[in-house]
Amino acid sequence: MNDTIFALASGAGRAAVAVVRLSGAGTGDAVRRLAGSLPAPRMAVARRLRHPDTGETLDRALVLWFPGPRSYTGEDCAELHLHGGPAVIAGVAEALVAAGARPAEAGEFTRRAFTHGKMDLTAAEGIADLIAAETAAQRRQALRQAEGGMAALYGGWTGRLTGLLARQEASIEFETEDLPPDLDAAVGRGAAALRAEMEAHLADGGRGERLREGLVAAILGAPNAGKSSLLNALVGRDAAIVSARAGTTRDVVEARLDLGGVPVTLADTAGLREASDEIEAEGVRRALLRAASADLRLLVFAADRAPDADTLALVAPGALVVMNKTDLGSAPAEIGGVTPIPVSVRTGDGLAALRDRLTAAAADLARPETATPLTRSRHRAALREALACLAELDAAGLPELRAECLRAATAALGRITGQVGVEAVLDAVFGEFCIGK
Amino acid sequence: MHDETWDVVVVGGGHAGCEAAAAAARCGARTLLLTHRVDTVGEMSCNPAIGGVGKGHLVREIDALDGIMGRAADAAGIHFKLLNRSKGPAVRGPRAQADRKLYRDAVQSLLRATPNLTVRSDAVENLLLGEGNAVLGVETAPGRRVAAGAVVITTGTFLRGEIHIGDKRTPAGRAGEAPALGLAAALQRLGLPLSRMKTGTPPRLDGRTIDWAALEAQPGDAPPEPLSFLTARIGNRQVACAITATTPATHAIIRENLHRSAAYGGGIEGRGPRYCPSVEDKVVRFAERERHQVFLEPEGLDDNTVYPNGISTSLPEEVQARLVASIPGLERACITRPGYAIEYDHVDPRCLDPTLEVRAAPGLFLAGQINGTTGYEEAAAQGIMAGLNAARRAGAAAPDRVLGRADAYIGVLLDDLTLQGVTEPYRMLTARSEFRLALRADNAVSRLGTRGVAWGCVGAERATAQGAHLDELRILRRKAEQSGASPAQYVAHGVPTNQDGRWRSVFEMLGLASTPAGAVQGMFPWLAEARPRVMSELAAEALYAPYLARQAENLRILRAEEQLAVPASLDFSAVPGLSLEMRQRLDAAKPSSLGAASRVTGITPAAVAALAVHLR
Repeated sequence: MNDTIFALASGAGRAAVAVVRLSGAGTGDAVRRLAGSLPAPRMAVARRLRHPDTGETLDRALVLWFPGPRSYTGEDCAELHLHGGPAVIAGVAEALVAAGARPAEAGEFTRRAFTHGKMDLTAAEGIADLIAAETAAQRRQALRQAEGGMAALYGGWTGRLTGLLARQEASIEFETEDLPPDLDAAVGRGAAALRAEMEAHLADGGRGERLREGLVAAILGAPNAGKSSLLNALVGRDAAIVSARAGTTRDVVEARLDLGGVPVTLADTAGLREASDEIEAEGVRRALLRAASADLRLLVFAADRAPDADTLALVAPGALVVMNKTDLGSAPAEIGGVTPIPVSVRTGDGLAALRDRLTAAAADLARPETATPLTRSRHRAALREALACLAELDAAGLPELRAECLRAATAALGRITGQVGVEAVLDAVFGEFCIGK
Repeated sequence: MHDETWDVVVVGGGHAGCEAAAAAARCGARTLLLTHRVDTVGEMSCNPAIGGVGKGHLVREIDALDGIMGRAADAAGIHFKLLNRSKGPAVRGPRAQADRKLYRDAVQSLLRATPNLTVRSDAVENLLLGEGNAVLGVETAPGRRVAAGAVVITTGTFLRGEIHIGDKRTPAGRAGEAPALGLAAALQRLGLPLSRMKTGTPPRLDGRTIDWAALEAQPGDAPPEPLSFLTARIGNRQVACAITATTPATHAIIRENLHRSAAYGGGIEGRGPRYCPSVEDKVVRFAERERHQVFLEPEGLDDNTVYPNGISTSLPEEVQARLVASIPGLERACITRPGYAIEYDHVDPRCLDPTLEVRAAPGLFLAGQINGTTGYEEAAAQGIMAGLNAARRAGAAAPDRVLGRADAYIGVLLDDLTLQGVTEPYRMLTARSEFRLALRADNAVSRLGTRGVAWGCVGAERATAQGAHLDELRILRRKAEQSGASPAQYVAHGVPTNQDGRWRSVFEMLGLASTPAGAVQGMFPWLAEARPRVMSELAAEALYAPYLARQAENLRILRAEEQLAVPASLDFSAVPGLSLEMRQRLDAAKPSSLGAASRVTGITPAAVAALAVHLR
């Protein structure tokens, strides 16, 4: 039997209420020893909690009892809603240990839920993301995934793929039976429809993954254009060292930012110029590298001097061009064909407008358009593989080779949703066709 | 203490028993086959046909291990057909319809010709048990105690068999033969998990009363393709089958009398096979269909009995008569024996090792329908493996004789049975193999020939013939890989080729559907000189080469996971992170390796991971 675990389910620290969750075969026993008796299932009941050894009262708490399998983990579970305070929590934890439970390891509740089939792999990943979600939009997406939106979508595809494979297998196994004459063509049509849907899902430009992983915005510009100051101003704290000396930032400095729900990593880079030493040259090289891989590029110029050629070369339509130091000079109407955003980091003028523009750009890139966006590159890789297998179907020709393509596609999708066994395929065969002499 | 002593005793003279006894004897074990009736050894209880898609693959594998089924079918075959001829070689299945009497004769004469083998008529009533339920022999009906180093039980549907026709029930192993009751009790005393299954058979017709002229004839292949590697040509006169179908009138008769069918009237508790449903089942489950095919298969050359394939039924005899008369061509057909459903005990095969030895009773092997399978070929395949391992157990210590999923359909069969168990009678299908392109009927000798020789179950005649085939194929393949031509040369000889200037081997060209075999043979005359079956096997290898290369990765993973053994003594409750359900599934299946554990139905990836961590 699984041993009984408990953990603080709410955040640590002082709060009005702290929730301690238990799971495992000994849960009922532990609750009985602390609260005297078990409440009716799924009813919130106020109970005095006592230490099982000393009898000392620890707290008056709300106790909820969820007998398995209708519980979060599928095992017997309980929740103790305590008065939130470190001493109460510590006391109850000690009492639970005395009652035979042990503190859970990270992720243990979710793992047990997964093991008991309470959620599939995508749902388990969603829960993990939910816990790690930094922003509201991330949380919404994780929630959707945890609730099985992804499982429903991929599960639906797996089901259809299983049906196609079943037809193909039927045409191989039961040649002498009265099968519909156009099975191969029907399989081809079904596969083409599936491919179209999967391609549309993949063609979301990586929005879901970006939202889960966050965007990277690189700040680029000539030395001393005020890139580090801009980063600090946007982040609201001193993340980068700022000095009047050109070339102070020699490597990439990063800071996290929440822009309208999208997590963005701002990357301050070394100024673009002929480097005066090897270390700075390396910094410039890294800056360009970072710029190439960034989702967004902030090109910073200073109003008190002419635009430098290195940064100008990076200006392209749609780029975010920032004209800093507008307190020292006026912003030109356009730079390289793009209207710059005037900002003075020193006075704070234009910062709000810049933040709005950044937020809009981030939303463009990362806000999902569909209800169930792709959130993991693992999923993307599996889908791509499934698609590649389906794409080979027509060229495969022979029925057994077409079946190989469908099997490989099913296996690839199965890496997301769990594998489809032969029995499931045979069930589909015998469910659809009258086989057997 | 004992009245006589043998190395191996086989109980049952069906397809499993015959292969088991013959295999054990070929390995040098002094073998005794005990059966209720010596004259029905090798009887075909149901359909007079051997082979098909998946099943034909099994027959070729049995044959490569020098089994008797393929040779007997060739000696008795009166109608041969290579199924899936229009598809690729991996899924082509050779099939033969046999003259029932000739088949029985062929099996009996092959057994008589096998040294070390004695066949005797005796009912086995009990097992002789030693310490730890080790099986030491059997006790026969007259009370004789027969000692044996290993015992193979192959009682088919005879374990508490009961025949149902309408509401009539008769205890029987098959029509007209007594069931085995004592043995069922003995297995129950051993604590083996028994449950009920059912299967059925159609009524038999008198061929002289069928209006053949009104029906579409179905001739066999000309020339027929033999099942055995050793058969040069088929000697019997070949006959045609005919095809007809049920009608709406047939379906109406069935619907009106459904409550009188044993299978539908509640008289039967066991589960039947989805692959050969009764005609009642078809009419109920596919109510929208207006016709179901019926193949009329002659049972013999000088036998007028006809097997109407497709109308297995357990309706009362009187209803069967009306049912038959409603089918075109059978309006005046006489039923010579009614169809019936049979219910019997089978053992949950998860209590067996992959060698088919009962884990709880060392020395006892089970093979055939008793393990929940259906079909002669599935029975014979288990028989040969049980016989090989029984001989090994009775003799000097030697490693288990096991075939894996990547080796043979026999391996797929044993792995599925002993790991997953059965929920309905198990039939082989090529869909069950993840290595379908590699496990072909055409290359059974290449896959198993050498192993058969190493196990000592392959006779000298076959060993020589198969060895020559392997040598010839190896040489031909090397030559085909090393010889080749430029695109210009190929095109000049009428072989369409992509004009990219790349040299291509003969082997590569043979793999392309667009390559006309004759034109390539014109360029490389040594190809034309190769024996046809060597050439066709080479062509199949070439056709599937890109796919087989891709499967190599799956194969590597399979082999690696098979390497990680799960000790028989492992207590799954001691493995952290396994849920109760996972533990129960693993406990029932007792997987012998991590690979086997990952194949157990319902085992989650998380459970496999937990087990892997624990094993490492």
